[in-house]
Amino acid sequence: MPFKLIPMRETILAGAIVVLLALIASRFPGFVAPSNLANVFNDTAPLIILALGQMVVILTRCIDLSVAANLALSGMAVAMLNVAMPGLPIPIIIAIAVMLGAAMGAINGILVWKLSIPPIVVTLGTMTIFRGIIFLISDGKWVNSHEMSAAFTGFSRTEILGLPVLSWIAIATIAVFGVMMSRTPLGRSVFAVGGNPHAAVYTGINVGKTQFLAFVISGALAGLTGYLWVARYAVAYVDIAGGFELEVVAACVIGGISIAGGVGSVGGAVLGAIFLGVVKNALPVVNISPFWQLAISGSAILIAVAFNAKGGGKKGRIILKTAEVSS
Amino acid sequence: MTDTASQRYIPNRLHSRAHRTIRSWEALLLAVAIAIFIVNSFASPYFLNAWNLSDATFNFTEKAMIAFAMAMLIIAGEIDLSVASIIALASTAMGLALQYGAGTPELVVIGLTVGLLCGAFNAVFVTVLGLPSIVVTIGTMSLFRGISYIILGDDAFRGYPASFSWFGQGYIYWVFTVEMLLFVIIAVVYGVVLHKTNFGRAVYAIGNNPTGALFSGIRVQRVKFILFLLTGLMSGVAAVCLTSRLGSTRPSIATGMELEVVTMVVLGGVNILGGSGSIPGVVIAAFVMGLVTFGLGLLNVPGIVMSIFIGLLLIGVIALPRLWTMAVRRRKA
Repeated sequence: MPFKLIPMRETILAGAIVVLLALIASRFPGFVAPSNLANVFNDTAPLIILALGQMVVILTRCIDLSVAANLALSGMAVAMLNVAMPGLPIPIIIAIAVMLGAAMGAINGILVWKLSIPPIVVTLGTMTIFRGIIFLISDGKWVNSHEMSAAFTGFSRTEILGLPVLSWIAIATIAVFGVMMSRTPLGRSVFAVGGNPHAAVYTGINVGKTQFLAFVISGALAGLTGYLWVARYAVAYVDIAGGFELEVVAACVIGGISIAGGVGSVGGAVLGAIFLGVVKNALPVVNISPFWQLAISGSAILIAVAFNAKGGGKKGRIILKTAEVSS
Repeated sequence: MTDTASQRYIPNRLHSRAHRTIRSWEALLLAVAIAIFIVNSFASPYFLNAWNLSDATFNFTEKAMIAFAMAMLIIAGEIDLSVASIIALASTAMGLALQYGAGTPELVVIGLTVGLLCGAFNAVFVTVLGLPSIVVTIGTMSLFRGISYIILGDDAFRGYPASFSWFGQGYIYWVFTVEMLLFVIIAVVYGVVLHKTNFGRAVYAIGNNPTGALFSGIRVQRVKFILFLLTGLMSGVAAVCLTSRLGSTRPSIATGMELEVVTMVVLGGVNILGGSGSIPGVVIAAFVMGLVTFGLGLLNVPGIVMSIFIGLLLIGVIALPRLWTMAVRRRKA
C-alpha cells in the first residue's frame, strides 16, 4: 500500500515547493535566479543531511532528538582540535567528527537496543547531556573564526563545478541513501522493522540491532554536519544549532515519513528539508520577520502529520504488540 | 510507537518479599531524598536554613504542578512535550493583556484560559484526529513558542502590577510561599483524583490496554481529552506563577522545562510506556530534583552542568531497574 502513495506524496510536495517558488518569483524574480537557488540549496544542505539520518531512525519506529546537540558537540570538539593542532589535515578532522557523532549515536542505540528504553526518553536525556558536555569541554567559551585554520573553514566553501563542497556532500549523501535504502539488506530491514516488527523478527531480522544501526547512522551524519556547520559559520559555542532537532523532525514529517515507522522515502525527506529551506530563505526576502519561522515549522509539522494520517489509512489494532519481539 | 523492543513478561509466581521491597519505588526514592538532604547539609553550611530551603522550593514547585497532570497523561499512555511552550504563550498573552491595561484578576484568568486552550488544541489533534501525541506536541511545541516569538521578537513585557507578584513571590506564613500552598493543594487534588476516583481507574485502564478499556465502557478519547486539558491548565497555572516570580515575559521563558517535567514524572516511578505510577512518587521526585539542583547551586555548579545531572537522572532511573531485572533474570536462567 505505501509504495503507491509515496510517489504521489512526493509529487504533491514537489508541486507545493514549485508553487511556493512561483509565488515568491511573482514579486521577487531574483529569488529564483539559479545562483540564488544554489545558495538556498547550500543553506539547506545541513538540514538535508540530518533529515536523511533522522529518516532512517523514524523508519525503525524510533526518534532521535539529540541530533542537534550531537552536531554541536562534534563541531565543538573538532573546532577545539583544530585550534590545538592547526596542521591536522581536513580528512582526518572529518573522520574524527563522523566517528564522534557515530559514538554518540551508538550510546543512544545501545540504550534503545539493550535496555529497551523508549527512544524519546533516551534522546531527550542525551540531548541535554551532550549540550552540558560542550559547556564542560569548552568552559562556555567560543571558538572564533580567527582561531580556526584557513583550511578548516575554507573546505566546505571550496567550489567544485560551481557548487560549494557543502552542497556536494549533501548530494553525495542523498545518492548514498538512495542506494542504501533501496538496494541493500540494511535498507530493506529498516523498512521491515518499522513496517511490522513481528514479521521482521520471523524473517530473521534483529529489530534492536537495526534500530541501533539507525541511531549510529543518524549520529554519524550529525557528527559530519557538526564539522560542516562549524566550518561554514566559522564559530563554535554551546548553543549552536539550538532547537535544530525540531526542524529536522519537521523536515521528515513534512516529507511524508510516518512517525509510526515503516513508511517514507529518501525523496520525501529531501523535499521536506528543501521545503523548509525555501520557506526559511524566503522569509527575509518577502519581508516577514524571521521570528515567524518557529511557528511556521510548527504548523507545517501539524499540517503534514494530519495530512499523512489521512493518506496512511487506518492503523491496525495491535494487541500484545510487545510480547513477541523479545528475541 | 516506540516500544517495539520492550519486553513485557508475565511471571508465573509473585516475586520474593525482598524483590518487592526493592521494587517499591517510592520507598527507595524517599531514602534517596533523605540521603541527598543529609549530604547537602554537610556539603554546604548554607543548606540548613529555613529561608534558603524555602527559596529552594521554587526550583520545583512550578514544574511539579505540571508534573502531576503530566503523570496522569503518561500513565494513560500519552505525552505532552509542549508544556514549556504553553507557559511561553500563556505568559505572552498575559503580557499582551497588560499592555491593554488588564489588572491582576484578568491576567490570571487569561493565563489559565490560554493554558486550557492550548491543551484543547493538543487534545483535538490527538483524540479527534487520532494522531500520535509525540509528533503533535513536538509540532505545537514550536507553534506555541513560535507565536510568542512572533508577538514579542527580541522584546520583553515588563511592569506587572504589584498585586500580581503575590503568586510567585508572596508568603502565606513565615517561610511558606504561595507556590508551596498551590503545590500542596494541587498534589492532594491530583492524588485523590488519580487514586480514589473512577476517573483515576480509567486512566490506569487506558494506559494498560486502551482497547480493553474501550470494551469495558470507558470513553477513552474523552478521558484523554480531559487529561490534555488538565496538562494545559496546569501549564497555565505554572505560567502565572513563573511570570509573577520573574516579573517579566520573554519568548524564551521556561525553555527546556518539558524535559525537567518529564524527568520528574519518570523519576517518580511512572512507567514511561503508561499503565503505572503514583502521585506520591511524583511528589517525592519533585523534592529529590529540587534538593539536587539546590544543593548543586549552593556548590556553584552552573545550570547547564546541572542539566547533565538531570539528563543522567532521566536515563539512569529507567535504565537501572531494567539492568537489575536483566541481571536477576540472567541469574535465574
